[in-house]
Amino acid sequence: MDVNGKYEAVIGLEVHAQLQTQSKLFSGDSASFGAEPNTHISPITLAHPGTLPKTNKKAVEYAIMMGLACNCEIERYNYFARKNYFYPDLPKGYQVSQHTTPICKGGYVSIKTKDAERNVQLNRIHLEEDAGKSIHDADDNYTCIDLNRAGVPLIEIVTEPDMHSAEEAFQYVTEIRKLVRWIGVCDGNMEEGSLRCDANVSIRLKGETTLGTKVEVKNLNSIRNVKKAIEYEIDRMIGMVEKGETIIQQTRSFDADNDTTFAIRDKEEANDYRYFPEPDLTPFLLTEEFIAGIQARLPALPQVLFAKYKLLGLSEYDAHQMCDDKATAAYFEQAIAYSKNYKAIVNWMTGPLRQVVNEQNISFNELSITPKTLADLVTIVEEGKVNFSVASLKVLPVLLSNPVKGPLQVAEELNLIQVSGSADIENWVNEVLAKMPDKVVEYKKGKKGLIGLFVGEIKKVSKGKADPKKATQLLEEKLR
Amino acid sequence: MNGQTTCVEAVRHYLDKISASSHLNAWLEVYEVEALETAALLDKQRHSGSPLGRLHGVIVGIKDVICHKDHKVSAASRVLENFTSVYSATATDRLLADEAIIIGRQNCDEFAMGSSNENSAYGPVRNAIDEERVPGGSSGGSAVAVQAGMCMVSLGSDTGGSVRQPADFCGIVGMKPSYGSISRYGLIAYASSFDQIGILAKNVDDVKLVLDVIAGADEFDSTVKQKPSHIPALKKSYRFCYFQNALEHSSLDPTISEEIKGFIKKLTGEGHTVEPVAFDLLDYIVPTYYVLTTAEASSNLSRYDGVKYGYRNSNKENNLNELYQQTRSEGFGPEVKRRILLGTFVLSAGYFDAYFTKAQKVRRLLVDKTLKIFEEYDAIILPTVPTPAYKIGEKKDPVEIFLADIYTVYANLVGIPAISLPLFKNDKGLPFGLQLMSSQNNELHLLSLSKLLINLRFSGK
Repeated sequence: MDVNGKYEAVIGLEVHAQLQTQSKLFSGDSASFGAEPNTHISPITLAHPGTLPKTNKKAVEYAIMMGLACNCEIERYNYFARKNYFYPDLPKGYQVSQHTTPICKGGYVSIKTKDAERNVQLNRIHLEEDAGKSIHDADDNYTCIDLNRAGVPLIEIVTEPDMHSAEEAFQYVTEIRKLVRWIGVCDGNMEEGSLRCDANVSIRLKGETTLGTKVEVKNLNSIRNVKKAIEYEIDRMIGMVEKGETIIQQTRSFDADNDTTFAIRDKEEANDYRYFPEPDLTPFLLTEEFIAGIQARLPALPQVLFAKYKLLGLSEYDAHQMCDDKATAAYFEQAIAYSKNYKAIVNWMTGPLRQVVNEQNISFNELSITPKTLADLVTIVEEGKVNFSVASLKVLPVLLSNPVKGPLQVAEELNLIQVSGSADIENWVNEVLAKMPDKVVEYKKGKKGLIGLFVGEIKKVSKGKADPKKATQLLEEKLR
Repeated sequence: MNGQTTCVEAVRHYLDKISASSHLNAWLEVYEVEALETAALLDKQRHSGSPLGRLHGVIVGIKDVICHKDHKVSAASRVLENFTSVYSATATDRLLADEAIIIGRQNCDEFAMGSSNENSAYGPVRNAIDEERVPGGSSGGSAVAVQAGMCMVSLGSDTGGSVRQPADFCGIVGMKPSYGSISRYGLIAYASSFDQIGILAKNVDDVKLVLDVIAGADEFDSTVKQKPSHIPALKKSYRFCYFQNALEHSSLDPTISEEIKGFIKKLTGEGHTVEPVAFDLLDYIVPTYYVLTTAEASSNLSRYDGVKYGYRNSNKENNLNELYQQTRSEGFGPEVKRRILLGTFVLSAGYFDAYFTKAQKVRRLLVDKTLKIFEEYDAIILPTVPTPAYKIGEKKDPVEIFLADIYTVYANLVGIPAISLPLFKNDKGLPFGLQLMSSQNNELHLLSLSKLLINLRFSGK
């Protein structure tokens, strides 16, 4: 639609991330995903009469970790509030959440789009408990309720209305998912619902400063769908305004079958949640020591490593590859402790090792060969003991199935060590030159490119053991 | 236990008393068989020379808001009729661990809301002194059970006087410890920031012993504080105060006012200091209490929705909202509904600041004022209730009933311990108490002062 140039979209995202704690936010029940329905349900989760919540300290720690990773200000004085509404998957009839005092305030997340690099401003990150799951399609007559999820800790990461395209939203969610995985607070799995996203979308004429009427889109269960839903919504709203219609504030749901959205409720139907401070939990004060301790345990973040790798001399592309995820970066970090040949390590990790990782559908920390072994491989190639192709095609497969052996040992056992002794190489050189007297003549007449042919032939007769550098050197001497 | 009698004999004695007084309707369920079995086991253990628990063979009744594993608990409500608890309250566990015998669960006002025990879904409890009169509430069954000798001690709950007021009406001792003294885990919530389990007994020593067993930190309730270990040294004379306007209040029965004033003179005569203090906030405390407690209650009682357990309207044609509406309309009694509606109102958008926020501010002012008072005084003296026990059915105006909580809700608003001591009787023979309060976490001091006052009252008047 060419009217798009007239309008500007304004987008804010709310991302819910389930924290990977052992137990729930306010009870000792397991918080893990995938168990038989209604097996992680103590009387506390079931909201039996007389039960009380008790705050999981680890969840508080994880929320702070995310806040620190997003440059937020950490609130020292915290309390929980009750958000009251009735629904069968909400056993207590209220959700315990943070309403007026989010544990993390402000902050930003850096994103890169095709056009630019910028910071998306955050409004807050707060802690809350998840509701259970209502399953409407398991039975014809009943809605089934699984309360395993009820009480699982969540952080809600809320941006300011600070994005202006579906592409930015896409990059933002990608970055958030990378970050939660990186610091280990959430597995980032959108299909299983451990990372969920709601989008607030509005449009306005370019240059206007007030916000238009917003629509909230829910049920975005993949990053691609976040993008598609926002694209659809922007087009729909522009279409409405162009036709002179009024946009009404409503909550809509994304329909992944046809990439559209449909209204689920209007603003008038909104609940009055009657927030008030949760009286069953005392307010908690975070000490400077507690926060400093978390800061100290926070792993180096991708943007920090990216800068470091560029200083090591890696290209922007390579540096980016090495901090694609935490496991890759950790592997690279360990490997470079044993070899300063950074570029060679990158080449291995983006080449033969990446292939293995992809084939086995694992990440770098699950790879059978250690970063030190990789560094040793790089070293024997560097020293000319084997060449890269022999190392990757012959040595690597053996190392993968027998990670205890070192690369040098494997190369020796396979009789792959390149010979650099001049006596052996001279024999092979003489043999090859004797076989091709006409080529020798051509070379001497000036067809210097034939050197490659000679080297290739030497490789063949030596079964790869002749060090090509040495061979070239000798050839050049003999043909002078 | 003096070794002269056995636990089994004791249980039989109390079971006989219970059956003789069944018309008082103090019990919702009596565990005859189980109590006798437990007693026999305790007797056997004692004979075999096992060390005795601190409550060995003490016959206890618990209010029907305190959970007891594999036993019914209904909060005297239809909404929890036939509900069986799958776990025990921390207080219940601690009673049993120290070898008390729980003989039954006691009638009360529905969800502990009320002050006459007329709000029980299972009928009113009668006062043993005059069966036409109310025993007070909400722990009415618990008070009558002790009053009529049907158990040695009762555990009640006190959100705004629900232990002290029936103790006053029944002529026994009723104590509400500091907020955070006894774990609330397993106490069915009315208003979380006010609720405390309280103890009803015939004397202060029994209260002290039970408190010692059940109070103290609990990993299931983060609002519980460490048990106070500090007991102030005994002094020859103490400093008491009373609120001048409380003793002059228009709602206060003149006999009660006179008796308390007379007792104050007696205290002064014994060398203690008793002084009036100005207390401008007196008329704000009942509204503040009802705004905050109903707000919390409206949320706390949301869980009784017919979905997971308890009563559910059986109309299969209902949609979800109808299920909620009909279940809750039929499951809750009128007083509970009144408080849920009131609480929902004060929390709703547009009214929150005018009611809830303002009430929280008053609560803060009350706490500050209280801290100042206890910088100067050891204890506060007040009546427990403005009148003695009234007739069943006599009081119908809910506001009038609310206002009668004027002397008791203060301690819950500020979290201090308070006790009602059975010191007086009017000319009709109806008992009434004197209320004593100390600073927070100072219940041991409060209990020793209580003994001092009882001794003074009954030593050769």
